[in-house]
Amino acid sequence: MAEIILHVNGSERKVRALPETPLLWVLRDILQLTGTKFGCGAGLCGACTVHVEGAATRSCSTPVSQVAGKNITTIEGLSANGEHPLQVAWIAEEVPQCGYCQSGQIMAAAALLAKTAHPTDEQINSAMSANLCRCGTYERIRRAIQRVAQGGGAR
Amino acid sequence: MSPVSRRDFIVAGAAAGAGLVIGVYLPHGRKHQAGDAFSPNAYLKITPDNKVTVVVARSEMGQGVHTSLPMILAEELEADWKQIQIEQAGASTLFGDQTTGGSASVRTTWDPMRRAGAAAREMLISAAALHWGVGRASCKAENGAIVHATSSRRATYGELATKAATLPVPTDVVLKQAKDYKIVGKPLPRLDTPAKVNGSAEYGIDFRVPNMKYALLARCPVIGGKVANFDDKEAKKVEGVSYVGKLTDSSIAVVADSVWSAMEGRRVLQVTWDEGPNKDLNTAAIMQSMREAASKTGVPLYSVGDVKKVSGRRIEAAYELPFMAHAPMEPGNATAHVEGSKCEIWAPTQVPQDVRDSVATAIGLDPDNVKVNVLLMGGGFGRRLEHDYAVEAAQVSKAINGPVKVIWTREDDMRNSTYRPASYHKLSAVLDGQGWPAAFMHDLVAPSISAQKGQPGEGGVDPDLKDEAALVYSFPSAQLRYIQTETPVPLGWMRSVYALQVAFANECFIDELAAAAGKDPLAYRMHLLAKDEDIKYFDATWRTARMRGVLQMAADKAGWDKPLPAGHYHGIACFGCFSTYAAQIVELSMEQGQPRIHRVVAAVDCGQVINPNILQQQIQGGVIYGLANALRAKITIEKGRVVQGNFDDYAPLRMNEIPVVEAYFVESTEAPSGVGEPPLPPLAPAICNAMYAATKKRVRALPILG
Repeated sequence: MAEIILHVNGSERKVRALPETPLLWVLRDILQLTGTKFGCGAGLCGACTVHVEGAATRSCSTPVSQVAGKNITTIEGLSANGEHPLQVAWIAEEVPQCGYCQSGQIMAAAALLAKTAHPTDEQINSAMSANLCRCGTYERIRRAIQRVAQGGGAR
Repeated sequence: MSPVSRRDFIVAGAAAGAGLVIGVYLPHGRKHQAGDAFSPNAYLKITPDNKVTVVVARSEMGQGVHTSLPMILAEELEADWKQIQIEQAGASTLFGDQTTGGSASVRTTWDPMRRAGAAAREMLISAAALHWGVGRASCKAENGAIVHATSSRRATYGELATKAATLPVPTDVVLKQAKDYKIVGKPLPRLDTPAKVNGSAEYGIDFRVPNMKYALLARCPVIGGKVANFDDKEAKKVEGVSYVGKLTDSSIAVVADSVWSAMEGRRVLQVTWDEGPNKDLNTAAIMQSMREAASKTGVPLYSVGDVKKVSGRRIEAAYELPFMAHAPMEPGNATAHVEGSKCEIWAPTQVPQDVRDSVATAIGLDPDNVKVNVLLMGGGFGRRLEHDYAVEAAQVSKAINGPVKVIWTREDDMRNSTYRPASYHKLSAVLDGQGWPAAFMHDLVAPSISAQKGQPGEGGVDPDLKDEAALVYSFPSAQLRYIQTETPVPLGWMRSVYALQVAFANECFIDELAAAAGKDPLAYRMHLLAKDEDIKYFDATWRTARMRGVLQMAADKAGWDKPLPAGHYHGIACFGCFSTYAAQIVELSMEQGQPRIHRVVAAVDCGQVINPNILQQQIQGGVIYGLANALRAKITIEKGRVVQGNFDDYAPLRMNEIPVVEAYFVESTEAPSGVGEPPLPPLAPAICNAMYAATKKRVRALPILG
């Protein structure tokens, strides 16, 4: 076991874990931040998406030792009260069904908008196609992202 | 208890502390039997703090029951929607069947939920009238309160609940008319959305108890194989691993203080498997045996006229569908804590009572000593109608004498699932001089899900076929027969179950008949539905007029008769299952021999719509799920092993692949019917029929992309 210091959602957290442990399990099992989900364990579905230094990152395939000292943001830290414009838009567009993939979807979308404030449909498709949803909420996800890009909030 | 009539399903009492409790019996389509003893399985609780709590014994897997069921009750109660809250019930002996499946939650609760709401409303009116010393007729329920207009007095439900609980339950309540609905039929926001966008929603996999361990199981990769021997030396060397032990004949548990340590431990565990009788099993042989079985005479499911007496131009075709896996986003998991003769389970499950009973049997406890808590599911699609994950958790907890969460990886789920049965369909028809089918015959070959699970249907008919295989057209003569095969491949109920297979075969074939007759595919179907008729199929009645309605609606919205852009083609299909009528029109073009689907227009008649927003979600989502089934979903077995493992070789659709999906529904005041499953079946045949329009070649096997 190694002692590793992480900066998660603005606070410094010291964790003991096997260095190769994927960040996902450190977040979920040790830090009890369970909003980040396990879907495939292979970087194929995006349910585990978090931000590392602002970039959308698959926490299921990122060894915790690789992100020591870096700034990590999870769905719990995206906004203080769940009022990030994307979260507001997700509610306005009634996006979630089972909801399991939505933390990852929102984190991927937030990383996209931070870089590209007004993405085209094609840019949205390209950025979001790494995130799977088995309930088929894609159309509403796209609408919610466009709503934010166009400066819209709650309905 | 003596059997009670179906009307006799409401009971009232005082809430613990104070307030009013109404118990309701919610029958379930699949298992309910007439004469079941009364046992309430949902509750309405009105407490003095003016909260109205609907305790629902149905599970939330994304289909919206935590919003739609309370809406039904709140409508009759004349509640203020803002005062409604939902509480998830766990497994209980007090409840009737708690199964969530068969697109049954709304259609089976519509009546009892309304009656419970109405009974509570009438009791609250009586309580207010007594309290004020005025006539009942001068009091009115509105927006969570009883008002007495002439004296401008008003009392909230919270204020009246305790008094109401002392009054008799009215035996005859008058239900509201659809035109007066204020809640039902409105696109109210789902109650579960906010928690699902901020990470706070608690799914099964998120649940924890203090000092809980994590377990992964090594399972035999060959279906039906067993553990021969194993060496745990390397596994035990992994830091954090606390236990390695044989759990069952076919599995070994690796327990650790973190998921990762358990994964690592399992990775290095050395196991020799006894591959057993299925080590040479493969899907090619399974499909071949089903083709051969098609020459047998099946059990009749439906028959009209005498197909043998018809002569004319004969058309034949055969269709095949593969095994498929549900692959919900949340992999299998459950948490268990066995303490002596008691066990508590926390599981994302569609069947809390089955979990209770299976766990009790597996670890030798009295079912009354097994408590099952139901957590949110990250998708179900039928996978969580099984109880394997919970049984494993209980077995591991018993072995280590402490609380544990069993987690499945994606590969565990893909390779140890219960699969949609593969099927083979032999269809034939005899056309009359005008090209209309004088006889229509379908021999359906597939293994039986229920029979494999030890509950064979009466007369050799898998019970699901009664909900999912109706012929909705009016044929002069027709015959549908079922030939049951056996397979060692584990089978499960997957979203729309047999309807997917049956609709694919029927609706592709109808299209072939239309083409053979040189007629338009929509007009051909409309002709077979032209006469208003009730088609009886087992307990269901299918009305040609309603199917005509959805076909016409889809055609109008899609512009069936309008010219399409160059290279674009339409395909159409319709089907009825779970009492709902659905029609779809696909618009596609062909690119390098593969279909590119641009637009899907879906029309549904599911009777009274409870929440159009949730209905839209179910239709849009069902089409996307069905599209993955149609294009790519295929589980293959080689050397007794499931080949596919993750979302690379069993690939769902991604955002860049989805068409525009337009969802429309018929405005109706008929009793509500299922919406979770009916949007799937018409899709694959509509795509294949559009591909025929584009290429003049028939696709007769799924998945379309091979």
